[in-house]
Amino acid sequence: MNTWINKPTRALEEFLQTEYQNLLGNGPFSEGNGFEKLGTYKEIIEEHSHCAGCGVALGIRLAMAALPSPKDTFIVGTPGCSFFSLSQAAVNYSNTAFGNQNAVASGLKRMLSIRHPGEAKDVVVLVGDGGIADIGLDMTLHSWFRGEKITTIMVDNELYGNTGGQESGMSPQGRIMNMAPTGKKFPKIPIYDMAKQSGCCYTAKVAVSNPKALADSVRKAIILAREIGPTYVQIYTPCPTNLKVPSHQTLKMAREAEKGYYGFEEFLSSEGEKFLDAMR
Amino acid sequence: MMLQQQREVDAEYLLFQAKREKAFLTGSEAVAEAIKRANVDMSVGYPITPQSEAMQLIGELYQMGYLQDYYRAENEFAVMASIHGASLGGGRVFTSTSGPGTLRAMEMFPVWAGARQPIVCAFMCRGLSLPPSIQPENIEMGMLLNTGMIMLHAETVQDYFDMILGAYAIAEQPEVHLPIGVFADGFFLTHTRESVTLPPSDIKLKTYNPSAAPVPCFNSETPPLRITRDPLLNKSNAISYGANASWHQEILSASIRSKKHINRYIGGSLETENPDAGIMIVASGTAVSQSREALRILHKMGIRAGLVKIKTIRPFPGEELAAATARASLILVPEFNAEGWLSREVMASLDRNSRVVSGPRVFGGMTMPPNLIVNEILSRIS
Repeated sequence: MNTWINKPTRALEEFLQTEYQNLLGNGPFSEGNGFEKLGTYKEIIEEHSHCAGCGVALGIRLAMAALPSPKDTFIVGTPGCSFFSLSQAAVNYSNTAFGNQNAVASGLKRMLSIRHPGEAKDVVVLVGDGGIADIGLDMTLHSWFRGEKITTIMVDNELYGNTGGQESGMSPQGRIMNMAPTGKKFPKIPIYDMAKQSGCCYTAKVAVSNPKALADSVRKAIILAREIGPTYVQIYTPCPTNLKVPSHQTLKMAREAEKGYYGFEEFLSSEGEKFLDAMR
Repeated sequence: MMLQQQREVDAEYLLFQAKREKAFLTGSEAVAEAIKRANVDMSVGYPITPQSEAMQLIGELYQMGYLQDYYRAENEFAVMASIHGASLGGGRVFTSTSGPGTLRAMEMFPVWAGARQPIVCAFMCRGLSLPPSIQPENIEMGMLLNTGMIMLHAETVQDYFDMILGAYAIAEQPEVHLPIGVFADGFFLTHTRESVTLPPSDIKLKTYNPSAAPVPCFNSETPPLRITRDPLLNKSNAISYGANASWHQEILSASIRSKKHINRYIGGSLETENPDAGIMIVASGTAVSQSREALRILHKMGIRAGLVKIKTIRPFPGEELAAATARASLILVPEFNAEGWLSREVMASLDRNSRVVSGPRVFGGMTMPPNLIVNEILSRIS
């Protein structure tokens, strides 16, 4: 990105909103304002209309802070809870129809490579579990099979949040939910393992209660997608509203899951490993 | 075959001024010849009869270097989504589909229009299940009337070639910037050979300029600093409702503004033969060719009839049609579908619409013998 296009003329600078001035002067686009300095600069997402205690909102906030090059990042999303904050984020964002995100991202990434060869333009899918593992599963997998140079990040709240807490393919087996009145009949879709089998050079599974690992995974995933191929990060982002849990207990739930089935896991292909070694 | 060096020219030169040479082509080949001269950056395809050959030929163009990228996607919804993503990125794109593929991809067409992407898609119409049919029919057009897309309907292979190139010129006008579907009746057009004329293949359309678009290109090189291309307008407040409604009105307005460019690049929304006749046939697509034959038969019988060929289904040329049929006391609308979507459009546009006979209609792969039209007319005037 040519950063000059965002600079207001000096004579008009004072008329800009303080929010916008902060974004330009002390925001995510300034060098060195990454995840490590979270809380000291104007963030990509400061306000959103998610519920109190929303795990998805926290997951997105942390992922945004970890973007290696926010000014050249394109988030492709879907309708659903994730877009409440993403549509208000200070980063390029597009959502079109439910489930098509990895196909849109494939076309976008390819066109940006045609029109801006050699420039790092990071196309990142940031979507919930329903979008990636249910309605969009074919497009998720096919983008991996084709080796598209995009990052796919799932914010996994294990249900359809925006429509009122219905069962998703990522809900745990046995949980009684809307549209699963007698409990879910099959286990979580093993999308994390499928990612490894389907051509992702880097995968990570992390809970939102582990921000350092989360940021590290997102950063690695995006940098590896630039150079090698598809990457996948799955973030556990519990939903207190639909699980009927007090909103201050989101992190507690995430920590408990971390001790059980949502412990941090990472996979790096040999090609990915070579690339990261060379960077060090 | 290797890539030929091509010079960029204006659409006017490519379509109207360049010296043309004769060729004998199927509709599928004509699509590929149009794309060869359209300076398309990227295309995505998925096989479905009768569209497959056209997209295979475009794959060959990619292999020769005429396109920068091309792939076979996983299904038509994914095709239209990927093409949308590519168009957001600021390049020129092309794809095509047929019948069930059109319906599978349906959700994306209003998205294209809503996002104001100048995508050109060729639809090679066929029957829909059940019972299954791959045969010619244009029922899918009736289902696409309200997506926000501009819709052109080709009668001949020549039309198909010219309309696809014209579609880029129309779609990319800053005041239009809408997707255009270029429709043909499958098999009748895609798989039959016709004599056509083509401009030379060493010229092509000018490169698409996304900075002239009414919506910012999604490339992080276009101000403002951040772009939410698809803002969240489903909040429950008056501002959201108003923003959503005015956006939709603007799409409809853009479609109306396309009319002058339709006049310029494809010679208007309709064409007439014997406009002063008391009997008029109104048709689109290959039903026009069958109607021309019917006119010839009627002429031999000493019956004078006229014809209106409708080239743009959206925007529908209602006023022009009313003027062209003002003197008619009998108006026939022959169609290749069971539903009769064109006759409904015609009836909605005319006063005294009891003049309109909705038919004859054939479907399921049946042909439309000119005598079917002739007999319908004879039965009405006897």
